[in-house]
Amino acid sequence: MAKQWEEMTPAEKRADLDSKWLSPPEAKYANAEAEKEFKARVQRILDAVNMKQPDRVPVVPMVGFFPAYLAGLTPYDVMYDYDKLMSSFSKFVLEFKPDGHLSVMNSPPGKAHDILDYKLYAYPGHGVAKEHSYQCLEGEYMKANEYDALIDDPTYFFLTGWLPRVMGALDGLKMLSPFTNMTEMYGGFTGAALIPFGLPPVKAALKALMDAGDEALKWVGTVGAYGAAMTAAGFPGFFGGGTKVSFDTIGDTLRGTKGVIMDMYRQPKKLMRATEQLTPIMVKMGANMAKQNGCPIVFIPLHKGADGFMNDEQYKKFYWPPLRDLMDGLIAEGCVPFPWAEGGYNTRLKVIKDSPKGKVVWGFDTTDMAQAKKILGDVCCITGNMPIATLSVGTPEDVKNSIKKLIDNCAKGGGYIMMSGAVVEDVPPDNLKMMIDATKELGVYK
Amino acid sequence: MAKDLAKALADLKEDEAVAIVKEKLDAGADPMGVLNEAGKGMEVVGTRFSKGVYFIPDLVYSGEILKRVNELIKPKLKAGSDKKTGGKVIIATVAGDIHDIGKDIVVFMLDVSGFEVYDMGVDVPIQKIVDKIKETGAPVVGLSGFLTLAYDAMKQTIDAIKAAGLREKTKIMIGGGQITPEIVKYTGADNFGKDAIEAVALAKKFMVAK
Repeated sequence: MAKQWEEMTPAEKRADLDSKWLSPPEAKYANAEAEKEFKARVQRILDAVNMKQPDRVPVVPMVGFFPAYLAGLTPYDVMYDYDKLMSSFSKFVLEFKPDGHLSVMNSPPGKAHDILDYKLYAYPGHGVAKEHSYQCLEGEYMKANEYDALIDDPTYFFLTGWLPRVMGALDGLKMLSPFTNMTEMYGGFTGAALIPFGLPPVKAALKALMDAGDEALKWVGTVGAYGAAMTAAGFPGFFGGGTKVSFDTIGDTLRGTKGVIMDMYRQPKKLMRATEQLTPIMVKMGANMAKQNGCPIVFIPLHKGADGFMNDEQYKKFYWPPLRDLMDGLIAEGCVPFPWAEGGYNTRLKVIKDSPKGKVVWGFDTTDMAQAKKILGDVCCITGNMPIATLSVGTPEDVKNSIKKLIDNCAKGGGYIMMSGAVVEDVPPDNLKMMIDATKELGVYK
Repeated sequence: MAKDLAKALADLKEDEAVAIVKEKLDAGADPMGVLNEAGKGMEVVGTRFSKGVYFIPDLVYSGEILKRVNELIKPKLKAGSDKKTGGKVIIATVAGDIHDIGKDIVVFMLDVSGFEVYDMGVDVPIQKIVDKIKETGAPVVGLSGFLTLAYDAMKQTIDAIKAAGLREKTKIMIGGGQITPEIVKYTGADNFGKDAIEAVALAKKFMVAK
């Protein structure tokens, strides 16, 4: 009998996820050729991830709403009409033939967020034009004096403190008592803890959650159908899951950039304690998704640790420890952490050289890739950096030149995946096509 | 306790800076003089930033300290005595983009550097920027944007400034995470800055050129 997941070593967990990625148990391929191509694509990516030399450099553009724009649609259209989401994103993959796709998860269910009166982002038709992507509305959704509450019980704080502030329809959740109060009938413990569920504001919040859940179910039907259709056609999904470094969870989502900066000076110990408290929760978020999807790669977009956003000492004190712990935690669950360094990371390369060897993939936006290869070449696979500016305003010839330069600088010996430096939105299709085709032409290992 | 406000501010000693200001004002010091001292501290902050000693958090924190200092000084200042003399600069995050962190740091550094800053906020429609140039006669405009959609919004804004016949007398700088020389050329801007201190340097250069 196969070992239970809980009994497996990290290496066994990883091998399990790798084999599910290479041969998804539920896959129904269109034909033998599609199956062959699917496996070749996963193997190509795995070879690069494992710092081996694949047959050629894999190419996976980090697309946002590009497929919608390509089909003449807006982000609004695909966030609210899942048939349009399915058709446009499928068309893109089948026509452009990247080595992996990024699912349709980047296009969230608009209606579910409407139902909840979602305030953390401005999104198409709600604060930004229907033609543009969603954008974060940073704020102090957690107050400076609420660290103790967060550290004490993160879930209770999210439930009763944070959610009511970022989702208007969940205001009633403020009235909930801790679920851990429901220890037993004796003394009326359960009875008392149940009282809030009878109150109209709580009922309204629960109703909103159920309605949003119905919508999310419709959406995830499309997410699943899309994944299955792409597998059938020979295209694997690239990411198994996603999570955040706890410092960014605090900086992006709870306190905002300014808030977290002030905390580094005014209450550094509480900030550090909170990052420690949230890290295991962030590990579970990424690892559970990867396990569910049968793919080990876990996306970790990095924000507040970029060049200039803190000094070296602050990075080593506040940012690197939770990031290192997050990576270790994910690896213990058989995952491949994929930290994605938005902005520049030139001043961090020497610090991140301490990443678990051969077990992570580092993605870069504007970082000097020759330096990255030099410093991290014997540590891990690297990826990214195809300049988004060139993809946006350059010619296909400019794109080809950038691809050539990246392959010259990074591809030697394997351990490199071609990716855009930032999310691809409304760029000229010929430029993105060139990024993929030029990699296939110039990235062959001989 | 040291009585050097400029040094306390430059070294980001929040409580000390606030205490010094209180002490000086209580002792009847000229509020304008205290404000000038704080300004000297901020100059050091700017210099340290451009030398790579300080980073964004230090700028933001110095801004918060300065805010507390200003709250103490402002009620004691005579109206108009802190008038800006560096010249007028319009700053806006372009249409479609709602990011404000970088823009706000630029506004703050321009302000403490003596410029009269018109902060138009985020997602600013093209015509409003054109109208603001007409209204204020500001010779320098800074356009901010974090997303790639800002490339076209910047280009369209600059085209509109041109079409209104204002381009000749307006210097335009752009900035944001994904701005490169390639984008300067694409948008038709005069230059770009990679951070707030470069924005101040560009604004000063543009003012002299006028």
